[in-house]
Amino acid sequence: MEYEPVIGLEVHCELKTATKLFCGCRTTFGNEANTQVCPLCLGLPGTLPVMNQKAVEYAVKIGLALNCTIAKYSKMDRKNYYYPDLPKAYQISQYDKPLNYGGHLDIVTKEGTKRIGVTRAHLEEDAGKLVHAGGKAGRLDSSDYSLADYNRGGIPLVEIVSEPDLRSADEAYAYLTALKNILLYIDVSDCNMEEGSLRCDANVSIRPKGTEKFGTRTEIKNMNSFKFAKQAIEYEIKRQAALLDKGERVVQESRLWDVTENKTKTMRSKEEAHDYRYFPEPDLVPIILSEEYVQNIRKSLPELPSAKRARFVSQYGLSDYDGGVLTSEQVLADWFETGAKHTKNAKGLANWIMGDMAAKMKEQEKELKDLKFDQKKLCELVDLIEAGTINSKQAKEVFAEMFDLGVSPAEVVKSRGMAQVSDPKAIETAVDKVLAENPSVVADYKGGKQGVIGFLVGKVMQASQGKANPKLVNEILKKKLDA
Amino acid sequence: MALSEKDVQYVAKLARLEVTDQEVAKYTQQLANILEYVEQLNKLDTANVEPLTHPLDVKNVFREDKVQPSLTQQEVLSNGPEVQSGHFRVPKIM
Repeated sequence: MEYEPVIGLEVHCELKTATKLFCGCRTTFGNEANTQVCPLCLGLPGTLPVMNQKAVEYAVKIGLALNCTIAKYSKMDRKNYYYPDLPKAYQISQYDKPLNYGGHLDIVTKEGTKRIGVTRAHLEEDAGKLVHAGGKAGRLDSSDYSLADYNRGGIPLVEIVSEPDLRSADEAYAYLTALKNILLYIDVSDCNMEEGSLRCDANVSIRPKGTEKFGTRTEIKNMNSFKFAKQAIEYEIKRQAALLDKGERVVQESRLWDVTENKTKTMRSKEEAHDYRYFPEPDLVPIILSEEYVQNIRKSLPELPSAKRARFVSQYGLSDYDGGVLTSEQVLADWFETGAKHTKNAKGLANWIMGDMAAKMKEQEKELKDLKFDQKKLCELVDLIEAGTINSKQAKEVFAEMFDLGVSPAEVVKSRGMAQVSDPKAIETAVDKVLAENPSVVADYKGGKQGVIGFLVGKVMQASQGKANPKLVNEILKKKLDA
Repeated sequence: MALSEKDVQYVAKLARLEVTDQEVAKYTQQLANILEYVEQLNKLDTANVEPLTHPLDVKNVFREDKVQPSLTQQEVLSNGPEVQSGHFRVPKIM
């Protein structure tokens, strides 16, 4: 049977504040275990949390960037559960009054732009980090004990929950990419998946195509890269479809993505269903943000990817696709836009950036900051082609030399004597010479074999060492032969 | 609201408390009394009363994002019954 997947994503994003959500401990990644910990982080009696105003500001930024409504009244709640990554035995999170809700994010799919609902984006504290040790090292299901490091415990997180609007692993990937791009644009998180500052869980179910009712869903955890997320979701869709095809049921459970085996696996289910017994956090007072506060943050937001893309399309005459590629990273968009100031042919510049330049960068594993040339030089190249000084084949050579050595294209053209000959007089002389040397070919042409003109063009090009403007050569040859 | 012994056992389990059968019987009675007492509030008509989530009439208590000293690793771990290479060592979870 043909099924339609229904996917919702939960993304946890660590905010790049200097200190934790409720205390002044540092949030630096990678420091020695349990050195960024205070009595509050340890849940010791007598400690009280105080909200980090920067975290609230960043969370509101995220809400606005995701087109959410910013709550007039918001509060923190306790989510109670026993787990060694949480010394207090509760996590301070938000339950029924999240800071941001009812937003959306546009993704680009093969069928065009698709709007994905954002249910909510709420503020909460991160838990500590557990290393499962002993037994088969690193494996949760076979470890003998765990080691707890509370440096991460209490770092501010925003949990961004999507509506179940995604219909394929590719769409999920597009959503994650677009979301990460926005978070980087508004500069609230490093979004470094390896360091865990961006984490993602997926809720996946399938239903027979054309039906409305949701199937039983599973939650996939432990997907620590977008690539793994896509693979895990693809795997899970196939797994569920195979079950249903056999007439079996999908069991509602949490599953882990196993990177080594490329499959999702049941996490041994907890003894009882989760019962978090949420209640309002008595140690923290409500967050009631004024219209003015929210407006000020709104004004501080940079141009977001979707707006930038639309502007690139209208301002520089790019296609929607090209606009999307160039705005996929802020540094790339900025690089292009700085360059566009130096040429009238922004479209040509865009083509070089996305074509030869991107290819070479990928091949040599280089980033924009590693480039040996700047936008001015690339624009010089674009203009040399535009002016007809060099043809596209020569341009590729010039580009390669500029890329490898950082030299100016005009200099390369000069030193290599590459300038394309566009002087009609000079070409005419060359054409006359070729015609005089090849009387039989000329006779063939006049006899009706017009295809031989290609041979003559080749001869003229050869005579000019490839420097003649081929278009002009063609025109002049035709004129002379038809005269 | 009737409270059963099962409820008490469930709550005890969530709180990781070990309770004997006698204690369950005793706590069931005591907790039932408390609930019954609080139950009186349900007699009030609160249809037009905004829910109160915090008893203080205070909002937006924020602090600056300024780093304060943490404890030393030794201090952090000093209460840990089991410690290994800078970490708290805890029993296996699953």
